[in-house]
Amino acid sequence: MKSFSNTYIFIFSSVMVIAVAALLSIAAITLQPFQKRNVEINKKQNILTSINIESTAKNAEELYTKFITESYVVSTNGSVIEGADAFTIDMKKEISKPIAERNLPIFVSNVNNTKQYVIPVYGKGLWGPIWGYVSLNDDLSTIYGANFAHKGETPGLGAEIDTKAFQAKFIGKQIFDESGTFVSVRVLKGGTANPESNHEVDGISGGTITSVGVDEMLKDCLSSYEPYFKNIKK
Amino acid sequence: MSSEKEPLFSSKNIKLLTEPLGNSNPITVQVLGICSALAVTVKMKPAFVMAISVMVVLAVSNVVISFIRNSIPPRIRIIVQLVVIAAMVILVDQILKAFVYDISKQLSVFVGLIITNCILMGRLEAFAMGNKPWASFLDGIGNAAGYSIILIIISFFRELLGSGTIWDYKVVPDSFYQFGYQNNGLMILPPMALIVVGIIIWVQRARNKKLIETK
Repeated sequence: MKSFSNTYIFIFSSVMVIAVAALLSIAAITLQPFQKRNVEINKKQNILTSINIESTAKNAEELYTKFITESYVVSTNGSVIEGADAFTIDMKKEISKPIAERNLPIFVSNVNNTKQYVIPVYGKGLWGPIWGYVSLNDDLSTIYGANFAHKGETPGLGAEIDTKAFQAKFIGKQIFDESGTFVSVRVLKGGTANPESNHEVDGISGGTITSVGVDEMLKDCLSSYEPYFKNIKK
Repeated sequence: MSSEKEPLFSSKNIKLLTEPLGNSNPITVQVLGICSALAVTVKMKPAFVMAISVMVVLAVSNVVISFIRNSIPPRIRIIVQLVVIAAMVILVDQILKAFVYDISKQLSVFVGLIITNCILMGRLEAFAMGNKPWASFLDGIGNAAGYSIILIIISFFRELLGSGTIWDYKVVPDSFYQFGYQNNGLMILPPMALIVVGIIIWVQRARNKKLIETK
């Protein structure tokens, strides 16, 4: 076996590390615009799914401009914040802030001449973050559509939250009860939700922690919009 | 060493491709790469993309290591191998994110986990460090194919019995469910993957007595 001097080993490893670092940075920089665009398109697709509009990566932008009529940011006391771009707000950062300081994005869409309010939600699943969009009818209580996504929930169990079957259960449920109190939509243990209730859906059997995550995410995110909803209802 | 040129697909080279599919299969015979075989085989689609990614990473890192094998100081060779694998995995991950975003979303963390796949280190250390680039390339493809075949078989059974679908298409008719048929929840969990691997190993050794250890 050849023997190598310490100097050689040092030079070899330095050259290797620099070469690899250069290669990866070049790759990261050249691919970044594509990745950013993918993330944006994916976000638009998610918003569109929450208002029950099917889209593909190709027509997402066109449909987005067609159906989403305006977007703005509100504060937790219910007033509109001027000059903020709702689309670029990172929900992960907003959720980690104290409730009073959060900036809350709202997307307003128009499907079949009715108005929907699309609310982004963000929370914790079992293995990582879960997020999504919930759209409300213009009574600001009935859910028009919902879309959830996740980073790495268990396939076949928690990961089922991103399926149509699970998301469809939310349609028609109400986040306020008859007296106008905020009750959210509870995600209960699989098979225990009362089918007649307007505020309960079945969770996923075997995906309990993810289901609880969705439950808490809805309660946490939707409740902070309550002051703003009260403002426009007046 | 003779200087005469070996044909590209000599019988020795063909063997590099076919051996890992059967009698020296990385998963069932060498019992390497079990961890990822458990993790990504719940459904067929991610298992397939995982298999392709492993193939690319293994083939390319094998070739790279084989090219520089004579200048790698033996004392730091494991680190060098790891750096090459890690760089390749990150590259593959970035490319998937840029051009096939949907699939990369499905695979999420699993692509990163290729780094921890023992088959990669095993092949680099055992083969690429001592063989020419072309042979190493074939060895990489062969071993990754051996890995892929097992992944596809396991995920086929796990998806069929665990979710009632194949490649995300429903194959178990609704009428079955009405008669009380239920998807097997255990199939979705990792222990069942281990049992399926065990069954494959059993079948393979029952058919080929040479593989049974004599002790």
